[in-house]
Amino acid sequence: MSMTATVGHAHADPHHIGVVIEHPGPASKRIVTAYGFWVFLLSDIVMFSCFFAAYAVLSGQTADGPKGSEIFEQRNVAIETVCLLLSSFTCGMASIAADVRNRLWFYLGMAVTCVLGLIFLTIEFREFADLVARGYGPSRSAFLTSFFSLVGCHGLHVSAGVLWLLTMMAQVFAKGFRADVLRRMMCFALFWHALDIIWVGVFSVVYLLGGAP
Amino acid sequence: MLGKLDWSAIPFDQPIPLVAGAVVLVAILAVLIWVVVKGHLPYLWHEWITSVDHKRIGVMYILLASVMLLRGGSDAIMMRIQQAVAYQSQGYLPPEHYNQIFSAHGTIMIFFVAMPFVIGLMNLVVPLQLGVRDVAFPTLNSVGFWLTATGALLVNISLVVGEFARTGWLAFPPLSGLSYSPGVGVDYYAWSLQISGVGTLVAGINLVTTVLKLRTRGMNYLRMPMFCWTTLASNLLIVAAFPILTATLAMLLLDRYLGFHFFTNEAGGNVMMFMNLIWAWGHPEVYILVLPAFGIFSEVVSTFSGKALFGYRSMVLATMAICVVSFMVWLHHFFTMGAGPDVNAIFGIASMIIAIPTGVKIYNWLFTMYGGRIRFATPMLWSVGFMVTFIIGGLTGVLVAVPPADFMLHNSMFLVAHFHNVIIGGVLFGAFAGFEYWFPKAFGFRLDERWGKAAFWFTFTGFYVTFMPLYIAGMLGMTRRLQHYDVAAWRPWMIVAAVGMAVLTIGVICQIMQLVVSIRNREALRDRTGDPWDGRSLEWATSSPPPVFNFAFNPDVRGEDAYWDMKIHARQQSFEHEEPEYQDIEMPRNSPTGFVCAFFASIMGFALIWHIWWMVILGGIGAFATFVVFAWRDHDEYVIPAAEVAHIDRVNLEERRSLVSMAGAV
Repeated sequence: MSMTATVGHAHADPHHIGVVIEHPGPASKRIVTAYGFWVFLLSDIVMFSCFFAAYAVLSGQTADGPKGSEIFEQRNVAIETVCLLLSSFTCGMASIAADVRNRLWFYLGMAVTCVLGLIFLTIEFREFADLVARGYGPSRSAFLTSFFSLVGCHGLHVSAGVLWLLTMMAQVFAKGFRADVLRRMMCFALFWHALDIIWVGVFSVVYLLGGAP
Repeated sequence: MLGKLDWSAIPFDQPIPLVAGAVVLVAILAVLIWVVVKGHLPYLWHEWITSVDHKRIGVMYILLASVMLLRGGSDAIMMRIQQAVAYQSQGYLPPEHYNQIFSAHGTIMIFFVAMPFVIGLMNLVVPLQLGVRDVAFPTLNSVGFWLTATGALLVNISLVVGEFARTGWLAFPPLSGLSYSPGVGVDYYAWSLQISGVGTLVAGINLVTTVLKLRTRGMNYLRMPMFCWTTLASNLLIVAAFPILTATLAMLLLDRYLGFHFFTNEAGGNVMMFMNLIWAWGHPEVYILVLPAFGIFSEVVSTFSGKALFGYRSMVLATMAICVVSFMVWLHHFFTMGAGPDVNAIFGIASMIIAIPTGVKIYNWLFTMYGGRIRFATPMLWSVGFMVTFIIGGLTGVLVAVPPADFMLHNSMFLVAHFHNVIIGGVLFGAFAGFEYWFPKAFGFRLDERWGKAAFWFTFTGFYVTFMPLYIAGMLGMTRRLQHYDVAAWRPWMIVAAVGMAVLTIGVICQIMQLVVSIRNREALRDRTGDPWDGRSLEWATSSPPPVFNFAFNPDVRGEDAYWDMKIHARQQSFEHEEPEYQDIEMPRNSPTGFVCAFFASIMGFALIWHIWWMVILGGIGAFATFVVFAWRDHDEYVIPAAEVAHIDRVNLEERRSLVSMAGAV
C-alpha cells in the first residue's frame, strides 16, 4: 500500500461511495451531559429489566402463599399511577420554568412534584407495611420476593429522586439558574420521567398481568 | 456495637494469611511513612489522588491492576503447588483455605487486574487518540477509579479480617446462600463487587460518551483508530452488562440479608435463574476484557509493521459483530444443566459463530504484517505471541462450544486451561503489549528492551508449560478446584504445571526488573520527540508525557491514521514556520470528591459486611454529603493562560521539527 497517498477525502472514502461529512468537533457541555445521562438511564433500565425478568420467572411460585390477585388493591395502585403521571407533568412545568429562569414557577412545579412523589411513596409504604403485617412479607414466597424487590427498587429510585429534587431546589435557591445547575436540572427531569416509564411497566406487568385471577 | 465483628474474625490459628497480611501491612506502612517523611504527601494529594486528568487516572488504574496482579499471582502459585503435592495427601492447604484461594484468585484476576488494566489503558489513550483534552466526565472518572480501589481494598481486608468466599469466583447458589455459606466470605465478595461495579459502570458511561460525543474536528467514525472502536464496543457492553451483575448480586444479598427467596431451594426460589443472570453478564464480560486487547494489537501490529491496518472496515464490522453476538451465547456456560437439545444447539451454534469475526481479525493482523517492515520490539513480541496463543485458546473454545463435547469437558481442567489460554493469551498479553507500547507516552521514557524481551519469553514459555498440561489432565478426567486427588495419571501433569508456574514467576520478576532498570536509566531512555515508535495515531502527535491539556489546538483530522498523514504532509511541504495564535485553555479543576466518596464507600461496605448498621448510615450520609459539597462549588475550571500554552507547545514543536527534518535527510 502506498504510504504517500494524498491526504484528504480519498483516503477516508477509498471507494467514493459518498461525500464524507466532516465531524464538526467535540459537542457542547450540555449535549455531553445529557447524552451521558441518557446512557446511564439505559443502564438503569437494564437493571430494572433483571428484576422484571425475576418477577416473570417467580410470579407463579407462591409456595401456598397468596397470589397477586388476592393482595393487590387496584384502587391504591390507580391513585399511585395518577400521582406519578401528574408529577411528570409538574416536573415538565418546572423544567420549562427553569429554561425561562422563572423562580416562582420553578419552585411551585418542583414542590408539587415533590408532594406527588411523597404521596406515591406513602401509599406504597403503607401497602408494603400492610402486607408484612398480614404475614405476606418478602420471605413468604418467591413470588412475594420478586414483587417486593421490583416495586421496592422503583420505590427506592423515587426516594432518591425526591432527595435529588430537594437538593435541586436548594441549589437553585443558593446558586440561581447557573449553567451547571441547569444541566443538572435537565438530568433530574430525565430521571424523573424515566421512573414514570418504568412505573408504566410495573403497573402493567405486576399489577395488571400479575393481578389477573 | 460492632455487629458480627469480634476477635474471632482474625485467623490467629492460620499462619499463611496472617503472615501474608502482616507483610502487606508492613509494606503499606513503610510506603506511607516514606511518603510522609520525604514530604511527598502534598505532591501525591494534589497531583495524583485528587487529579481528574484522564492520563493520571489511567496510570493509577494500571498501578492498581499491577499490584493486584501480584496478589492474584500469589494465589495462583499457591494453588499450583498444592495440586503438585496433594496426591494421596492433604497437601499444605486445608480445604477451607484452598477454596478461598481459588475464589479470590478468580475474583481478583477478573475484577481487579484485567478490568482496571484495560480501563486504565483506555482512559490513558482514548482521549489522546480522539484528539481531545479530556474524557466527558473528568470528576466522575476519578470517582470510578476510587470506587474500584475500594472494592480491591475490601477483598484484601478479607485476608486478615474474617474470610473470603469459598464458592468460586461467581458464587453460585445455593452454595453461596446463607444456609451453606453462613460466614462473611460471600458478603465480602458481593459488596466489593457491588462497589467496584458502580465504578466500572461510571467508567463505561464516561468512555461511551467520550467516544461518541467528544472527537476532534474531522474525526469521523470511520477515521477513528481501531483502539477507539474496540473501546466503544467494550464500554457499550459494560453499560449493557454490568447492571445485570449489580441486579444479580443485589438479589443474592437480599436472599442472604433479608431472607428473600430468589435463589433458595425453599419457597419457590429458582437457582437456575442465578446461572442465567450471572452469565448474561459474565459472557459479555470476557468480551469487555478482550475487545480492548484486540484494539491494542491492531495499533501495535500496524505501527510495528509500518503499514496501515489491513481491512480497517472489516475490523470495525467484526468488532461490532462480536459486541452484539456476545450477548447471545451465555447459555454455553451450562449446557449440562438440562435446557434441552434445541436450546443447547442454538447456543452452541451462536458460540461458534463468534469465532468468525474473531478469525477475521486474526487474518487482518496477519495481512497487516504481510509485506510490512516488521520491527520486533517488545510490544510486537507480545502481539505475535498473542496470535499464536489465542488461536489455540479459540480452537479449544470452539471445541467446548459443541454441546456433546462440553458434556465431557464441563468443569474439567480442560475448561480451566481453555479460559486461561484466552484470558492470559488475549487479555494479559494485550495489556502487556499496551503497557510497553504506551509507557513512553505516559512517562516520557522508554522501557528497557532487554528485560522486556526476557519478560516476554519467560511468560510465553511459562504459559505453555503451565497450561498445556492442564488440557491433558482435563482429558484424563480431572475436574477443576480439587484440593487433593488420588489418580496417579494426573500427578506428572500437575508437577509440570507447577514448573511452568515457576517460569511464569520469572517472567513477572523480569517485568518488575524492567521497570526498575528503566526508571534508573530514564535519562538514557528519554523520548524527546513524543513519537518513539513512529506511530500513526494522534496520541503520538503531542509530547511525552503530554501536557495536562493534551493538545494546544484540537488537531484537524483528514483521514485514517491521522498522525501518519500529518507526518507525510510535513515531510512533503515542511512544517509551516508561522507561529499559531495560542489561546487560553480551560481545564477541569482537581477534586477530592472521588477519594472522599470512596472513603465513605469503604466504611459503608465494611459495615454492611459485618452488619454494623450505625456505620452503614454514617457512610451513606457521608457519601451523599460529598456529592452535595461537590455540587456546591463555584469554580470547577481553571484557565491556563495562552502564554503558558505557547511556551509548552513551542518546546514540543521544536523537538518534532528536528525529528521530521532528520527523517527527511535520511
